[in-house]
Amino acid sequence: MPSYVIQEKCDGCKGGDKTACMYICPNDLMVLDPNAMKAYNQEPDQCWECFSCVKICPTQAIEVRGYSDFVPLGSSVMPMLGTEDVMWTCKFRNGVVKRFKFPIRTTAEGAANAYEDLKGKDLDSPLLATEEADGYTIPKPQATV
Amino acid sequence: MALPNKVLGETKAVKDPEVEEREVDLLIVGGGMAACGAAFEVKKWLGDDQKVLLCDKAAMERSGAVAQGLSAINTYIGDNTPDDYVRMVRNDLMGIVREDLIFDLGCHVDDSVHLFEEWGLPVWKLDKNGKNMDGKKGQSMGTLKSGAKPVRTGKWQIMINGESYKRIVAEAAKKAIGEDDILERVFIVELLLDKNVDNQIAGAVGFSVRENKVFIIKCKSMLIACGGAVNIYQPRSVGEGKGRAWYPVWNAGSTYYLGMRVGAELSMMENRFTPARFKDGYGPVGAWFLLFKAKALNGLGENFAASDAAKAELEKYAPYGTAAITPTCLRNHLMLFEMKEGRGPILMDTVTALAELGKTMDKKELKHLEAEAWEDFLDMTCGQANLWCATNTEPEKKNSEIMPTEPYLLGSHSGCCGFWVSGPNYDWIPDAYKWGYNRMTTVNGLFSAGDGVGCSGHKFSSGSHAEGRMAVKEMVRYARDKADFKPELAQSTEELVDMVYKPVRLFLENKDYSTDIDFNPAYVKPSGMALRLMKATHEYGAGTATFYQTTSKNLEIIMDMLETMKEDCEKLGAGDLHELMRAWEIKHRIWTVESHLRHIQFRKESRYPGFYYQADYPGQDDENWFCFSNSKYDPKAGKWDIFKKDYIKILPD
Repeated sequence: MPSYVIQEKCDGCKGGDKTACMYICPNDLMVLDPNAMKAYNQEPDQCWECFSCVKICPTQAIEVRGYSDFVPLGSSVMPMLGTEDVMWTCKFRNGVVKRFKFPIRTTAEGAANAYEDLKGKDLDSPLLATEEADGYTIPKPQATV
Repeated sequence: MALPNKVLGETKAVKDPEVEEREVDLLIVGGGMAACGAAFEVKKWLGDDQKVLLCDKAAMERSGAVAQGLSAINTYIGDNTPDDYVRMVRNDLMGIVREDLIFDLGCHVDDSVHLFEEWGLPVWKLDKNGKNMDGKKGQSMGTLKSGAKPVRTGKWQIMINGESYKRIVAEAAKKAIGEDDILERVFIVELLLDKNVDNQIAGAVGFSVRENKVFIIKCKSMLIACGGAVNIYQPRSVGEGKGRAWYPVWNAGSTYYLGMRVGAELSMMENRFTPARFKDGYGPVGAWFLLFKAKALNGLGENFAASDAAKAELEKYAPYGTAAITPTCLRNHLMLFEMKEGRGPILMDTVTALAELGKTMDKKELKHLEAEAWEDFLDMTCGQANLWCATNTEPEKKNSEIMPTEPYLLGSHSGCCGFWVSGPNYDWIPDAYKWGYNRMTTVNGLFSAGDGVGCSGHKFSSGSHAEGRMAVKEMVRYARDKADFKPELAQSTEELVDMVYKPVRLFLENKDYSTDIDFNPAYVKPSGMALRLMKATHEYGAGTATFYQTTSKNLEIIMDMLETMKEDCEKLGAGDLHELMRAWEIKHRIWTVESHLRHIQFRKESRYPGFYYQADYPGQDDENWFCFSNSKYDPKAGKWDIFKKDYIKILPD
């Protein structure tokens, strides 16, 4: 079915101009029904189950039910995305539950160094800007035929 | 009870959209790894009087093939040499590759990986005792750039905690290019040549999937980096599971379509990638084979790849088949052989692999090993983890099936279709491989990267990022050199809007004729056309239905079917903006498939057994076909030309 929205939990992102799931879905599947103020997946058979909407939803209103073609019912995997880690709860059909925590980044969100002040010097050289700044030398083949 | 008539989606399309016209020096089309590389690099070289714009049909934070995350970076040179990188790629792709492009990429890829780590991507490190350290523990051991040792699974791959890989890369890209120069949710659907200067790119046209607005953008140079082609062959699952493709289902072949329609030369479009993956869930197998050292067993429980019969089969494809690492297509070939001989299914022996690794581990280490096995799926194919849960599969207790998927077209993974582009201007590169600007196609001002650049697979995420950076620097140089060029379009604004919004206008004019807006004799909805394409390729174009086999006669039949499909694309109907996107995507897919099958038809051999078989020409014919096959669509005459191009060996074995 892939991702579905839980009626009770979805608040339509309170009518903000950027509904989170609609903003993020790489395949433009999540839409907001403006009358009901609830989101839904408009084309479930084009869902990649990438969980982008599940991870970004501020009210945890979105979950995934496996494709009916081949996934038996009764299981779930749910992520909780933090700033440094993601926590996964994996529930088996037979009741087994496994929890995993994986790191996702080592810097604060927004802290990626984009080298905004770095200006390249030689446009006619094959060096990338950071390579040029580092004084990198481009190797040549050790031997040619 | 009948469902109420309702146009799919919430943003209804109108007959007359708003039009926004822009003019920039550089246009970047796409938002994935290659486009993010370009976005990061561009303003470091852009002149004060030059302008750039990036259009992504989705949101960069989670667009492209890395949207979901990745558990490894498959190209990091590190202590290896670019020379050996070329040899590895050459062998995997059965000998015919552009060694200049591959070597060049190998010189720059590590710089991108070093940036990823600096931006916050956790890279696993190997400690003094040979133990794997991930996350912040890995970080505390120093950076790759400062010489810390990564955890290598194969010679070229390194392990990461990559759930947020794309978010991190997009963050740096967006900051570097600046929000003002990004248009998200704008889908570019056609490129435009200059009215006055022959074979010169002049702009692009597209539309917003969020508001009724057509964008007409003029430029001097352009990067097309919109990924490969997915859902072009019927997938293994055909209901809800149609979206469960291995590569991202939103990759519609737009890169190839956009370039070929303005006459950019394509190369090796017959090369496809048919990955063997965990059955149905399409979970990755790399970590299982390389990190956990698992073996694949046939239905009789035999390690078939190590059998004498397999070795004898591989010898038929020497020197590729007998190399230390068996080429990807031949690994599939062996698997298909087992299945066809009645020795299926193929199972990944996860149970033995984990038991072997566990022998030297304490309880805590065992727990971590289990987590590593799950992370491999949860980082990049969450649905496979769910399939394990739903089928009560704990990999230490129960093996899982693996199976080759439907075919994909791409240039960055273990495939190499794409554009014929110029290499860099080094003296060791033959003249036939370079024409002034690195990564420029045969259309002046039009560049590509990632999945769009042909004959040079195995770039993966890191290489695609680096290639986007390499290409964009050349684009700035091109725009500087052509400072006096003023792009002018041949078509009027009205003509362009009519072309982009044709499916909407056709729909609005006819929708009230029948009682069901989805079923109407005047138009066909894109969802219907998508199924028609996939059925045809599945049956005639060497899809899974025929174990990837086709024949000259089958190809003749499907070429006729594609002609009819192209005609019928003029009657696509779209009631909302999402559907308009789908209408253009299916058109992109049909043309991409046509180029793929034209190339298969042209090459009278089966160069990539395991990916596809031309049954009338089995095996490899080095004498006649050790060359590239290139094709070019002439946009003025509406005709295809397909021809051989010499392969030039640069690096010794």
